[in-house]
Amino acid sequence: MFLPLKGLLVVEFSQYLSGPSAGLRLADLGARVIKIERPGSGDPCRKLAVKNLWLGDDALNFHAINRGKESFAADLKNEADREAVKKILAKADVVTHNFRPGVMERIGLAYSDVKSINERIVYAEITGYGKKGPWKNKPGQDLLIQSLSGLAYTTGDDGEGPMPFGLSIVDSICGIHAVQGILAALIRRQKTGLGAFVELSLLESGLSFQFELLTTHYHSRQSIKRSKVSNGNPLLGAPYGIYKTKDGYIALAMMSMPLLQEALGIASLGNYAPADVFEKRDEIKSIIAEQLLVKETAFWLQRLMALGLWASEVHNWDTLTQTPLYKSTGMESKIAANGDKSFTTTRCPIRIDGKAVGAKLAAPELGEHTEKIKEELLS
Amino acid sequence: MKLLQDILVIDFSQFLSGPSASLCLADFGADVIKIEKPGTGDICRELYVSDVMIDGESSIFHAINRNKKSYAADLKNAADVARLKQLIQKADVVMHNFRPGVMERLGFDYDSVKKINPNVIYAQISGYGEDGPWKHLPGQDLLLQSLSGLAWLNNSSHANPTPMGVSVVDMLAGAHVAQGIMALLYRKGVTGEGGSIQVSMLESALDFQFEVLTCYFNDGGQLPQRSAVNSGHAYVAAPYGIYKTKDDYIALAMADILQLGDLIGCDDLAAFTDRKDWFEKRDEIKTCLAHHLLHHTTTHWLEILEPAGVWCSKVLDYEQLTSEEGYQALNMEVVVKTSNGISVKTTRCPVRVDGELLVNERGAPALGEHNSEIDELFEIASKKEIVDLNSSI
Repeated sequence: MFLPLKGLLVVEFSQYLSGPSAGLRLADLGARVIKIERPGSGDPCRKLAVKNLWLGDDALNFHAINRGKESFAADLKNEADREAVKKILAKADVVTHNFRPGVMERIGLAYSDVKSINERIVYAEITGYGKKGPWKNKPGQDLLIQSLSGLAYTTGDDGEGPMPFGLSIVDSICGIHAVQGILAALIRRQKTGLGAFVELSLLESGLSFQFELLTTHYHSRQSIKRSKVSNGNPLLGAPYGIYKTKDGYIALAMMSMPLLQEALGIASLGNYAPADVFEKRDEIKSIIAEQLLVKETAFWLQRLMALGLWASEVHNWDTLTQTPLYKSTGMESKIAANGDKSFTTTRCPIRIDGKAVGAKLAAPELGEHTEKIKEELLS
Repeated sequence: MKLLQDILVIDFSQFLSGPSASLCLADFGADVIKIEKPGTGDICRELYVSDVMIDGESSIFHAINRNKKSYAADLKNAADVARLKQLIQKADVVMHNFRPGVMERLGFDYDSVKKINPNVIYAQISGYGEDGPWKHLPGQDLLLQSLSGLAWLNNSSHANPTPMGVSVVDMLAGAHVAQGIMALLYRKGVTGEGGSIQVSMLESALDFQFEVLTCYFNDGGQLPQRSAVNSGHAYVAAPYGIYKTKDDYIALAMADILQLGDLIGCDDLAAFTDRKDWFEKRDEIKTCLAHHLLHHTTTHWLEILEPAGVWCSKVLDYEQLTSEEGYQALNMEVVVKTSNGISVKTTRCPVRVDGELLVNERGAPALGEHNSEIDELFEIASKKEIVDLNSSI
């Protein structure tokens, strides 16, 4: 298969997760991605280990985010290093960075600077909060954006405090939006020869992610309330949520109340009108929660599925990875590396022409490819 | 020139996953035509997905389908099928999110479409893959969150597994399919050939967990342990989380516990001199913090912590957020208009290009609103046939 981005060169100044996750996807789609890293320390993500897990000298999560990339060590405050980087940029198709506003301007690598040496460049820039307004200099960190953007009031039950998503959703979504903007700009460049300046911020991506909720809020002018019982999504009526059963948990999505009444054998559900699934959501969900505790998950699932209702068990990774379904996805990917640095991670979720795609190479050591790149691109 | 100008996307998809992908393509300038069933259309138009309605259709439908056209066609009616095939001949992209087997039965699967448009880019979103053992199960967001392990990452350790309160798997699968489509549009510019894209919601949900699944694969298969106190992220050390203050809440991201204790005058934290303990004893640390932060207001703490460079923030709901200058400076709101003259305020595309916002004022289409326009534009049927078609809807 001809990988779609084969032949394209991406220069990544980005650090941590948002920008580097974009670089990872571009690498999986066939681009060559060179990380420009500060000598001595590199991408700070190398030292930001989650759960104290390391592989060699670098955090395991750094390996997951940066597999399949090359590393070029350069001190951007040093004239000679900066000139070397500019020579790489002259040959690049895409640049990404996620420094705070003003940093790339100060070192002479802003969009206008790079455009002056490479008119066709697609230059993608990720900030935390945009480049104007009172928040522009705040740290662009995932939990903080979740908290400011209203997202923390979508999860958990009403009556509990605000609750963040347990993953770096804003970084991930912003990285995804960056890839979309970059690809769209490359498509235009192919037809017109024009480069592009693609600007993103974590906050705008975090807001866009909530577009259904925000549109509903703008229209109803009311705050969007989480359910008090098994909240699954503040916009949705009963029974939407995850409930405890006698031996575990069960998820119930949107479904017909009369059929649910039949499946669970709760006569009192028949007293509610269709609009009550929104208006009396907590009351209905309390009745359902009580009944589900009486029997095991398998018992309820069998009854719900027999009526074609949207329900499922709740897996953890131990039970999930034992299912034939999980095995059929082939999502696990073994990355071979020197020494004891081989590891298993997930592959790119996009299949092209019926085949899974993705870079199978390890993450680079800091500056691992500096000499090779100098010989190849700078001579 | 818009980034995806002159790209024609024929979108058979419904609900959120596929339509959120075509919304992204429309934002970048592609022409998106929704193919909808006469009479009912995209099921997302209906009441039961939300109780907030705009002009008789759900607020959610309006948010997802702005800037698209609607072409009503019955995929089981021979005349409609013939028209659709003519339309598909002109398409750059055809996409759907039906369950596996449906498009094969209708004659619009990749092989069939390729016969009438050899260089088409054909994209499909499934719940669980095209041929896996669960391929007939409903690909629904909450079920995918529940099956993929995602629900075990949120909330504190004593609580039930807790789903994320936004349809995150739908949105991610849509975003991934949009990436795949654009990657193939680029490849087509190089090779001249089309291709196919497949994304499943399950794969997207697993990809979303790639950092923490990588931990699980390599740490001997230890399940995530949610923090017992103010859980923010199962894999991150104290103080990461959201805490109650005297008057509201405060979010604390990664921080140096000794510096933090010093700044806020929480003497108990001075004992945690070993950085490893910030993860291993995080519940102890977070309990100290949770008690201490209750003594003063959010503003009080922010005034101490922000100047010292600690990663912290207030916690806003939508009412508070929309009254903030930092929010208003982004111009994130856009008002679109439907052909019925209804104005709908929604959010715009989050990407800026060449310094400009990507904004189009066209609202979501009425069901079948663009049938005659599209028939004429693409010379699909004779005028008489258009009249017959319209009278049958």
